[in-house]
Amino acid sequence: MQYALYVVRRLLTLVPVLLGITFVVFLLLKLIPGDPAVTLLGVHATPASVAELHKQMGLDKPLYQQYLSFLGHALQGNLGVSYQYRGVSVSSLVFGNLAPTLWLIVVGMFFAIVITVPLAMISANKPGSATDGAVRAIPLIGIGLPSFWVGVMLILLLGLKVKILPVSGFGEGFTGHVQHIILPALTIALAQLPILIRSLRASMLEVLVSDYIVTAKAKGLSRSRVMFGHALRNAGVASVTVLGVNLAYLIGSTVAVEKVFALNGVGFEMYNAILGRDLPVVQAITLIFAVLVVMVNLLTDLAHAALDPRVRLG
Amino acid sequence: MTAPAQSGPAAPVLEAVDLHVEIPLPMGQLKAVRGVSLSVGAGEAVGLVGESGCGKSITLRALLGLLPVPARVTGGALLLDGVDVLGMAERRRQRALTDAISMVFQDSLTALNPVMRVGDQIAEVPRRRLGMSKAEAHARAIDLMDQVGIPEPEQRYRAYPHQLSGGMRQRICIAIAMSTEPRVILADEPTTALDVTIQAQVLAVIDKLRVERELGLVLVSHDLAVVSQTCSRIYVMYAGRVVEAGQSLPLLTRSEHPYTDALLRSVPDPDATVERLASIPGQPPMLVDVPPGCAFAPRCTFARDVCTADPNPPELEPVSVGGSHTTACVRHQDIDLASGAVSAFVAEKEA
Repeated sequence: MQYALYVVRRLLTLVPVLLGITFVVFLLLKLIPGDPAVTLLGVHATPASVAELHKQMGLDKPLYQQYLSFLGHALQGNLGVSYQYRGVSVSSLVFGNLAPTLWLIVVGMFFAIVITVPLAMISANKPGSATDGAVRAIPLIGIGLPSFWVGVMLILLLGLKVKILPVSGFGEGFTGHVQHIILPALTIALAQLPILIRSLRASMLEVLVSDYIVTAKAKGLSRSRVMFGHALRNAGVASVTVLGVNLAYLIGSTVAVEKVFALNGVGFEMYNAILGRDLPVVQAITLIFAVLVVMVNLLTDLAHAALDPRVRLG
Repeated sequence: MTAPAQSGPAAPVLEAVDLHVEIPLPMGQLKAVRGVSLSVGAGEAVGLVGESGCGKSITLRALLGLLPVPARVTGGALLLDGVDVLGMAERRRQRALTDAISMVFQDSLTALNPVMRVGDQIAEVPRRRLGMSKAEAHARAIDLMDQVGIPEPEQRYRAYPHQLSGGMRQRICIAIAMSTEPRVILADEPTTALDVTIQAQVLAVIDKLRVERELGLVLVSHDLAVVSQTCSRIYVMYAGRVVEAGQSLPLLTRSEHPYTDALLRSVPDPDATVERLASIPGQPPMLVDVPPGCAFAPRCTFARDVCTADPNPPELEPVSVGGSHTTACVRHQDIDLASGAVSAFVAEKEA
């Protein structure tokens, strides 16, 4: 009940945030020098035809009216027409490519968590041991390596040398998607590991010296019950926030990873749109990325509140 | 062998013999506990008193085998029903100790897992260790909550620690301690964090359980009033050692160690006309580099050269022939503490 109220309250706070995002994204195009009508018609267009197009595009109206009509169209899923592919609507271009990106983020995050939790637990179980040292040191190498390079290395190693996984594209059907997403998702996960492992390890060490862990040990519970039943959930509270912040960064990094693995997702489309100066597409994808980041923050907060009942009060 | 006759004090359930605990620190070994011997029998309440940092809490943690890292037991024996558990392998020792002993902490807010419903924290032991079904464990938890005086236990079962008052939380902690069906309860300042009225209630709950279930109780406190109300025997600790031990009343009325005497003098007396509260001058010694002889000598008004002549700390010796009252003061026969010192406090107790 308390949790349901929290969810509703948290959802309401999204409204101003999302409005703000649309406004900033709308201004993005206005702030870029140059006239979109001139861009469309070419430099030899007559002033009359430019004015005519301005009228068609609504560019002759005041800024707030332009914003309201942009917002109205956006709410209906109409994000304009691509410059690059004449006549193709931006929304069909973007939403058609959303699935691979969502797969990449979700599976990448899944890998990151599945690798982080056991390693951090092993590390925190015996701090200062050789295993602890190895768990802390090895992922650090990953932080110095850019994802596009790690991606290429994974392609070389697992795709071309060992030939167990496909190296590009999104595949056909569910199994095809799963097979194709493993390498790019792993690339994304590897970049997250050093921070996630260290943060969870640090929280675990902090939690393990607290009084309630002594209480749990005094109950005579098994070591694993103390570690997983009592310590992990408390340590997870702090790490979920770190995970959320990282996930937000990760959304931006899909652009490079999708390009390396020729994954036809939104990031891949973003890359093409930037090269082709396809501003409406860039604008739409920026909007989508921003909304994704907001959603991730929302999910982080909801997970936080689900883990820690004290958060639900605030 | 025939069972011993039920005369005199029963065999102790839990006994520490010459227990030593050290904590390795950068500046050297901190000797937190320097040869403590104490025992508690079934249904018996013993008090462990002394000022902050005297080693009370760390002794308690050592009794449970849950010393904070990096402290460790460096000597002595820990007997459970007469069997030394320190020689056992770690797993077996922990099992034996946690089966027989439970602990109640000072701060119930930090002692409870903040993200787990209090009822589940009580039901955990019945469920995980006593092999009960979910429903049975739930019923057991409700029953325990009822026994420690929590009204509407069914509703409170689903509460989180932060949603309960300090008194209710400490009752939950007691219920958790009882959930293992222990024979000895170690209580580390269980009422210090509570209002005075709640203190009495919580103490009453602990004492009721002790009597009903023949529990041994080791009550750690710096509050002499609390200890004298509850405990039949008292150990007074100073600088990691027991300096005086005995039955509560003789110990409080005729203390034979200047430290106990000084502690009693510093108990505030509401009827006294003096403006300034009596206190013991100076600080307890740092236990990294322990001074020779009696550790209290530097703060003691009765100290003479003889107190520090022997580099070893003085042993406890009986105050009178055949009595259980012991003191570690080498001058106890030369000095007279009884006159005037404790009058107000004890008069109130005896009344």
